[in-house]
Amino acid sequence: MRRAAVTTLSTAAGVVLLLSLKPHQSAPPPAVAAHRPGTSPPAHAPGSSRTGTFTGDVIDTDYGPVQVAVTLQQGRLTAVKALQVPSDRGRSREISSYAVPRLTQEALGAQSAQIDAVSGASYTSEGYTQSLQSALDKAGA
Amino acid sequence: MGTVFSFDIRDPATPAVHAALHGAVAWLHHVDAVFSTYRPDSAVSRLARGETTVERCPAEVGEVLRLCAEAERRTQGWFSATAGGVLDPSGLVKGWAVERASEVLYAAGARNTCVNGGGDIRLRGEGAPGTPWRIGIADPARPGRLLTVVAGRDLAVATSGTAERGCHILDPRTGRPARGLLSATVTGPSLTWADVYATAAFAMGDLARDRIARLEGYDVMTVSPAGEAWANAGFPCIADTVRTQGA
Repeated sequence: MRRAAVTTLSTAAGVVLLLSLKPHQSAPPPAVAAHRPGTSPPAHAPGSSRTGTFTGDVIDTDYGPVQVAVTLQQGRLTAVKALQVPSDRGRSREISSYAVPRLTQEALGAQSAQIDAVSGASYTSEGYTQSLQSALDKAGA
Repeated sequence: MGTVFSFDIRDPATPAVHAALHGAVAWLHHVDAVFSTYRPDSAVSRLARGETTVERCPAEVGEVLRLCAEAERRTQGWFSATAGGVLDPSGLVKGWAVERASEVLYAAGARNTCVNGGGDIRLRGEGAPGTPWRIGIADPARPGRLLTVVAGRDLAVATSGTAERGCHILDPRTGRPARGLLSATVTGPSLTWADVYATAAFAMGDLARDRIARLEGYDVMTVSPAGEAWANAGFPCIADTVRTQGA
């Protein structure tokens, strides 16, 4: 499984997390998804100057815990490392081995020989996103 | 409920491109502040409660509401900004905002870009010289797997589905969650419209095959509750990567 941090190959990349902008024509959010309503977006602002590695919260998903750490250099996201991904069951491992590198590439906007991005969703991504967001919160980015 | 926006720029990182990237991020924050239905103080939330008027809102609100009205017409009501009974233009705003962010980068000279708003993607130029961008389409029946790969140069790709958070797209005709498909993916020149059509297609169910495929410049792939994919003949997936059939 590819778990190591991926460094972006793009000449420029950015990630911004917006907590409160909903996708699509939505029903009221389920309680679990509306975990922090009304908070201001703790987004990664490419202009800020924080440098270091920040560890996100452990997020429980249907497939198991997900936790990531982010590395920022002068406020720019340069790496995302998956510290915990579901791996105790065969199916979870199968999902994680694909989903986590993919999500990391998405987060970094990194280049892949095969796939540049993914349209659609996966179960792990919600936990990944939450952990990534909490890591960025801690970074004050 | 978070949405991750990412920018992948394959051009030289000139000062103008960096400035445009910051501008695009600032734009998305502005959109969130104005349009979020999760923020009670957003313009759209206040408008929905009748506490303000369109004229008093930022100019983008009027623009989005006009686009929503046009979307409702173009989809014969299958897209609606009031599907849940209250004003909620979210089904159009994300694609529209990403489209605009992509334009900001282009205007600054970034010709090869991939802007991704939670899986709704606007591509420009190429992923590498001579190589189109390649976008995986998630398989809603097998989380973590791809159903197919779409390749394109100047292309928008939007997917609506239940995979991530369960049933959450409403059928405007019933006000209840649509259940006819697991997912619908629409490709075409504009992400504003690809996003609208994907949302409408998901609400339509099987009807989408005919209604969406008929729209000039747009193609559609649907996945049935049994997990079977169908795409119209023009859908730009790479050959041999998908279980699909022609229109």
